[in-house]
This record gives sequence, structure tokens and C-alpha cells, in this order.
Amino acid sequence: MSVPTYEIEIEIRNPEGLHMRPAMQFVDLANSFESDISVGHQDVSADAKSIMQMTMLAATCGTRLKITAVGPDAARAVEALQDMVNNKFMDNPDIAMSEKEG
Amino acid sequence: MEIRKGIAVSPGIAIAKPMLIDSKDYRIPRRSILPSQRSSEIQRLRKAFATAISELEEIGSAKDIKESKIQDIFAVHMRFLRDRSFRKRMTDFIKNELVTAEYAVSTILREIASHFAGIDDAYISERAADIYDIEKRLLVRLLGKRQEEVDYLREEVVILSSDLTPTQTAGFNKTFVKGFATEKGGRTSHTAIVARSMGIPAVVALGDLSSEVPPECVVIIDGNRGVVVIDPDEETLKQYDRYSQQMTQFVSKLDELRDLPAETRDGVVIHLMGNIEFPDEAEIVTAKGGAGIGLYRTEFLYLYGGQEPTEEDHYNAYAEAIRAVNGKPVVIRTMDLGADKLPHSGWHVKEANPVLGLRSIRYCLQALPLFKTQLRAILRASVLGDVRVMFPLITNLQELRQAKMILRDVMEDLDEGAIPYNAKIPVGIMIETPSSALIANLLASESSFFSVGTNDLIQYTLAVDRANEHVSTLFSAAEPAVLRLMRGVIQDAHKAKIPLSVCGEVASDSEFIMPLLGMGVRTLSMAPPMIPEVKKIIRLVTIEECNRLSRKITTMDSHRQIQNFLRDAATRILPETF
Repeated sequence: MSVPTYEIEIEIRNPEGLHMRPAMQFVDLANSFESDISVGHQDVSADAKSIMQMTMLAATCGTRLKITAVGPDAARAVEALQDMVNNKFMDNPDIAMSEKEG
Repeated sequence: MEIRKGIAVSPGIAIAKPMLIDSKDYRIPRRSILPSQRSSEIQRLRKAFATAISELEEIGSAKDIKESKIQDIFAVHMRFLRDRSFRKRMTDFIKNELVTAEYAVSTILREIASHFAGIDDAYISERAADIYDIEKRLLVRLLGKRQEEVDYLREEVVILSSDLTPTQTAGFNKTFVKGFATEKGGRTSHTAIVARSMGIPAVVALGDLSSEVPPECVVIIDGNRGVVVIDPDEETLKQYDRYSQQMTQFVSKLDELRDLPAETRDGVVIHLMGNIEFPDEAEIVTAKGGAGIGLYRTEFLYLYGGQEPTEEDHYNAYAEAIRAVNGKPVVIRTMDLGADKLPHSGWHVKEANPVLGLRSIRYCLQALPLFKTQLRAILRASVLGDVRVMFPLITNLQELRQAKMILRDVMEDLDEGAIPYNAKIPVGIMIETPSSALIANLLASESSFFSVGTNDLIQYTLAVDRANEHVSTLFSAAEPAVLRLMRGVIQDAHKAKIPLSVCGEVASDSEFIMPLLGMGVRTLSMAPPMIPEVKKIIRLVTIEECNRLSRKITTMDSHRQIQNFLRDAATRILPETF
């Protein structure tokens, strides 16, 4: 029996991109699943559970990302991540860290 | 055994265990480890991560940090520290490259930071700062102990470093530091000046150094020949032991001159004074038979310690130096730093050309509270001995007048508080820019004395950065342009009947003593350990022959010709030092 694999394409639409808190929330959510999750941007692929790799993707507003999940909860993982990127990031105006402490 | 050639900047031989130190901005030199040390280095890295994480947990739970934005930043840092693939890059680097944990941290994090910095999006490029912060947190763990070791030395060491900052050298326990070797720097770099004033050997501009140093070894620093021997074989070690003993004998013979006057064979007295940075060096000046302190650099007060120096900090330092020389003159130079070098100035504007920027007297004239604090302390100390005040980097008459006006303001304040000071304190200036040299006659009419700072005068006249190894060979006091300016300044001082001293490196350069005397200089100020050697030269020459030599070089048209001529003359007089 083959391992369930789900794949989906999303677009980052919040102005600050996958920066700071959004990236952190994305990685935290990915880590709550058992499946291996990778995020592809152009020819680079990042481990969705690694904040280093995710932030190094430099996903700015307008970037299209391909999320691939492989594992028992792959379907739920992909859905949850998509929901977060499409809805939660946009819903919460405070989410972007528009300024940093000095 | 590895023999490296650099530039000799302070004489003597030191043989001791090396201590590698890293500069405060954490540029970590590549340092190799043995394959057997791999697992212990990785263990150190793990520990550093664990400590950093618990530190962040503590910060995150502190009440005043509960504010969301700051907390988010630490939360992101925490995710990085817990990210396995992040740590793996460093452990892999240690394993494959056989380097220390701190080098791995520094290299990998700088790679990541430069990746972020290169992305054309403000949100993301700012991420580089977060990475630097994580780097710093880890390195403090990894280096923390090692950095403190310098303060708590219990055995003799020689310091190997990329370059030394004033703050670092200020923190050394001088009893145990026996020599310096640095990768960068030039003849007149900070390391060189400090080494000479401490009387310990130093070699600079050695190129990449730290990767060649095996974990347990001895290093020889030969400050006479500009050579550093890493991990010497037995034969070399023996040779150097002998050589070092001979040197000690030579120096102690010079010390016998201490109580003899610095007088030429035809009876002209020359005043030999000491340049100091720390008040405790004043004792060395006395011990070496110096006639006082010709240049008290006060920058250390600003660089050392956690905050801007208070009036009492200044006063206590000056009082210590003044008492140590027991009535002999002490020339205190006011703050001579760039605004960019002042840790407490709040000045963050990046200057394209700091050497030509807001620095020294220019900064003081703008930062009046800071300037007045120092002047008040100098004035208060002026009743303790023969104290004189000197302004650096004067380039025109206006600056001198302004500085003197502020000094008068401070005097009035003291009058109001009935605080005693010497109202007739001599006020002099450094001549260290071509502009001040060219208008020396004007400046002389409003100054009590001149001190020629040759290092800066050469730099500004020849437009050469002496610390830049690509052009440092152009830096020469023997350039006809420099000599011509100096001659003019000396003549203007004589005409105005004000005292003049030379306090740059040339004042103790055995090849330059004769031409300086020949040009009319009668006061030289130098690193205290150099006083006996200069005195020896002075006692061997006559003013008559110095005059002849000085006239002769005015007919020469290149620094090379002049340099060779001066070297020949000096070699005839003092063969031992060459």
C-alpha cells in the first residue's frame, strides 16, 4: 500500500510574506503533523518543519508555493496549512511584525 | 614548526604559550581541531544551544517581555535554536572541516545572514539581524569563558589575535602578557603603540595566523626581526633562549643610563619625555629616567568601562599620573577619538571617511558636556603638579579659539564654586595636519606650546592609511614633503618663542633622532621603554653634526635616499641596535 501523498499550490498574499510570526506559525502547525511536509518554491525545496529552511525560501507576497505532504495525516496537513495561509494570515491584522524592537 | 614573517613593531623576544583571542565583534578565526576532538566540540556546541534555549525561555517568561512583539522575536529565535536542520549544518561543518564549534557557528550563521541580507525585500533582509543576534547568543556561550581568561591569567602567555582593539588591550593583565602577534595592523597601529608602551615585543601584519596554531604549543615572538615561530623545534628554542638573554643584558646596560643627563657631547640638554595611555605607566616614565609626560592620551577613559567617564574618573586617573612623576610636567591631551569609536555617544551615522570626519576636537566642540567634564577634571588636577592641556587635530585658528573659550567657561564655573585650579595652565595644540603646519605661525601666537604628532601628520600629508598594508610602504617620515612641513613648524615655534616637542613614532626612531635635533627639536616624547635607548644616542652625538646632517638631507629629493642616508648615519653611532 502506498503512503498517502497530497500536494497543493498556494499563494502568499499577506504583504509581509512568510516573515517572522507567519513563518513561525506555519512551522509550528507543520510540526503538529506526523507526515513529512515539504514546501517548494521554484527549484528549491524546504522542510516545512524547519524554520531555517522555511525562512530561507524568502517567500514574499505573491510567491507561489507547492506544499507536499507524505504520511498518514497528509491530507489534513495540507488542508490546515492552506487554510492558515489563505485565511488566518489575512484575517489577523496584527500578525505582521511591521516594526522590530530596537 | 612554522616560521612567519611580519612587521616588527616593538622590540624584544617573548617565548610563551599562545593565547588566541577573538575580536569583540566576534569575527572568529578559523582554528583547527584534531579528529579526536570532534565529539567534544560537538558536545560544546550542544551545550551552547541548550544554554541559549534556557536563556531564551527565561527571557520569554519575564513579565516586561510579555509584550507581544518582543516576545515574538525571541519565539522565532527559539524556533531556530530548536531546528534540527539548523544545528546539523553546524555539526556537519565541525565534522567535515575539523574546526572549532565557535568557528562553525560563526561561519554557518554568517552564510545564512548573508543569504537574507541579499534578498531584495525589506522584511526578509531584516532577518539578517536576527541571525546575528542568534550568533552572538551562541558565541557568548562558546567564548564567554575564553574571553574572561585574558583577565584572569595565571601564567605567562603571548597574545595571538586578528587585531587588537583598545578595549581589549586595556583589559589585559600586564603581568602575564609577554608579547603580541596580530594578523593585521601596521607599524603605528594600536597594537604596536600599546606593545611599545608596555615594553613587550610585538609583530603585526602576519596574515592568517590562528589556523597554524596547534592546540598545545609554544610560540616565539621576535620583535626585533619581525618573526613569529609557532611550535619551534628544540634547536630553535635554545637559540632564542640565548638570544633573549643577550637582549636582556643590553637593556639592563641601557638602564644604567637612567640617572645620567640626556645631553649631547657638546653640552645641549634634550628633554626626553614619555607618552602614556594608562596612569600606571607614569611610573615607567620615572623608572626609565623620563623628564615628564609629553603626551597623556586620555582615550582609554572613554573606551574602558561601561559608561561615559565621570569627572571623578578623569580626575582620579590624572591625579595618579601627576603624582607618579612628582612635579615633572604632564601634558594631558583632550579626547582624540572619532565619534564612531565612542561607545556612549549615541552616534550611529556611518561616515564614508571617518578619518576626515567628526572626530577629536571637532566632536568635542559639538559635544560640550563631554568636553567640559574632561576640562573640569584637568583644571582641578592642575593644582597637583605641572599640568598642561593640549588640543588635538586643530586645523584652523577658529577651532583653537573656540576650545580656549570653552576652557575659560569651565574656569568661570570653577571660580563660582571656589574650586582651585591653575589659571595660568599652559594651553597647547597638536600639530598633526598639513593645514595646522602651514599656519603654524598664526597658531603659535595663541598657543603656549606645540606638539608635533608625526603619525597623523604623515598620514594626512601623504594621504596614506598606515594600517593599510597595500599602501603602508608609502608611509614615511623621510618624505621630503613631511620634512619640509616639520621644518617650517619648528622654525615658527622658535620665532614665536614657544616650546615644541615631537611626540610621534619618529621621536624614538633611532634613525630620526639626529635629523630632529638638527632641525632644532629639543624635546622628544616617546613610549617610556624607549627613553634609555634614545638617551644613549643623544649622549653619543653633537648638535654640530646633527645640524650638518639635517642640512644635508634638505638637498635630497626622495624618501629612499634620505632613509638610506639616515640609516648609515645611525648605524655608525649605535651599531648594537641594528
